[in-house]
Amino acid sequence: MLSKEVTVTFIEPDGNEVQATGEEGTNLMELAHENDVDLEGACEGACACSTCHVILDESVFDSLPEPTDEENDMLDLAFGLTDTSRLGCQVLLTPEMEGMRIKLPSATRNFYVDGAKPSHH
Amino acid sequence: MRACVLPVATTLRTASRTVRHFAASACLPRDKNVAVVGGGAAGFYAAARLLAKTKNVNVDVFEQLPTPYGLVRFGVAPDHPEVKNCTTKFDQVSGSPRVRYFGNVQVGSQQLGLDRLCSAYDGVVLSYGASEDRRLGIPGEDGENGRVGVIPARRFVAWYNGLPEAQGLRVDLESYDKVVIVGHGNVALDCARILLTDPADLATTDITANALETLRNSKVRHVEMVGRRGPLQVAFTTKELREMTKIPDMDFICDRELVAAECSKWAEWLDASRSLKRMMDLLMKHTVGEGRRQKKSFTLSFLKSPVEVVYDQPGAEESAEAPPQRIRFEVNRLEGAVDAARAVGTGAFVDIPCGMVLRSIGYVSTPLAGAPFNKRRKIIPNIAGRVTDDSGELVSGLYAAGWVKRGPVGVIATTMQDAYRTADAVIMDISNGHIGNDSDTGRSRDAVDQMLDSSGVLETCVTNAQWKRLDAHETEAGIKTGKSREKVTDIDRMLSIIRSE
Repeated sequence: MLSKEVTVTFIEPDGNEVQATGEEGTNLMELAHENDVDLEGACEGACACSTCHVILDESVFDSLPEPTDEENDMLDLAFGLTDTSRLGCQVLLTPEMEGMRIKLPSATRNFYVDGAKPSHH
Repeated sequence: MRACVLPVATTLRTASRTVRHFAASACLPRDKNVAVVGGGAAGFYAAARLLAKTKNVNVDVFEQLPTPYGLVRFGVAPDHPEVKNCTTKFDQVSGSPRVRYFGNVQVGSQQLGLDRLCSAYDGVVLSYGASEDRRLGIPGEDGENGRVGVIPARRFVAWYNGLPEAQGLRVDLESYDKVVIVGHGNVALDCARILLTDPADLATTDITANALETLRNSKVRHVEMVGRRGPLQVAFTTKELREMTKIPDMDFICDRELVAAECSKWAEWLDASRSLKRMMDLLMKHTVGEGRRQKKSFTLSFLKSPVEVVYDQPGAEESAEAPPQRIRFEVNRLEGAVDAARAVGTGAFVDIPCGMVLRSIGYVSTPLAGAPFNKRRKIIPNIAGRVTDDSGELVSGLYAAGWVKRGPVGVIATTMQDAYRTADAVIMDISNGHIGNDSDTGRSRDAVDQMLDSSGVLETCVTNAQWKRLDAHETEAGIKTGKSREKVTDIDRMLSIIRSE
């Protein structure tokens, strides 16, 4: 049985876009890791942290089943939570998500001493 | 003329000087060496970020215990194994050719002062966390006439999690049926849950054999968790509170009228606070008012500050019916805005008779010899991870990450981001030439290795490979008793296991 391949785009905090193709049923955290997208996953998909937090398109978000209490408990702690936030490890790829854009939340504020500007790498 | 790849800014601004410099010294840009002091989550995430965002930074992680991971091993509850999955990433870091782990090394000791690290390494990141706890500061806290007094929750947690120095803790769960925990944070909830969970449900975890046996023989059936302020000022999170609602055969008791009144009074503010609102909904849905129907109970108690631990008359019988002490509280009312509410004593007092009392009102960091320390806030003074001295001047090459930088608050995810920000500061300072300058010929890998050798660290340290041997031993020992791991809880025994092969 062939499972469908689905292509989506991750948008990293600095604006860099990464296209990623994965098998239906792969969770978004795994997909990100397979494509070297800058998304963490401290608890490795066990719904025990908030580091794989992603921001979805409103239409995709609304079409998904509600998060469980356990996922919502973790989202409570996510930095930069939005109305369309989910834990990447709890969202599985479906064919309907083809072309979907997934935003990674920006990290904490950066502080610089003496007005020094960060160098880009 | 050699073509050297220097950080861009330096090259553009000082091109002519650079060319002359390289003609003179004929050196390639050298690797940079960073020391991390404290092998817990903050230290490992700082190291991970340094590895990920550079190609030429080596990291040496120093840890005072033979075992790495810090509170991930000794703080996270045994029944939260998924939280410990972060150690996979820590192991990847330790396994990198650019990283060396030095366990069983006490930085700040005679053997290895901080100044020696600072003179050999380009940067030193202090990430040694918080190893003490806040006291209540009340009479009777330290016991009397052989009574144990108030036990730090930090120590109780360390005891059941196998921290060697906590194994001597006197834990009596057989003389009485009630425990009081002072504090409204996740550590307090962890303690309550471990005390009230059926020990059979802990039997497959990595809780120590000694703690499991103690819990199996426990007569404790009632835990009351008391905080000074109200339901909207609690510090614990919904996940941990939800776990309390799932313990079978247990009444979850709280003052529902108070919760309802507070929620009503601050309704508009609460509506904008997603996490608290969900928590209050959970409380109202799953608690009962006073009244016992089950054989176990967990009471979440508000608006009480402890003022004294009162011991019964000497010679009084101790039994499950006659608890050995009472903890006296002053009843509070709240003043001020909901997000800055102050507890104000009302002059009314209430005694709660109980056996063991745990205080769980925060961990506390301690100073490290040779490093600045803010005695009031009990953290290392810093600006976004760059350490400053008492007068606010930056201390070149010294950084802080994790609880010792921000205070002892936050989950692993918080610490991860915090440590990344500190590592980014290190990287920026290298790239701007503030540290790790190629002209700084006193610092190098050779200088580091010489220092490690002459200080005797290489003789007594535990390497990553050796830790892995201990790790395998613990896992195998666990298999024999149906547990995920049987931790070795004595340092000499750890070292002898490591060295016997």
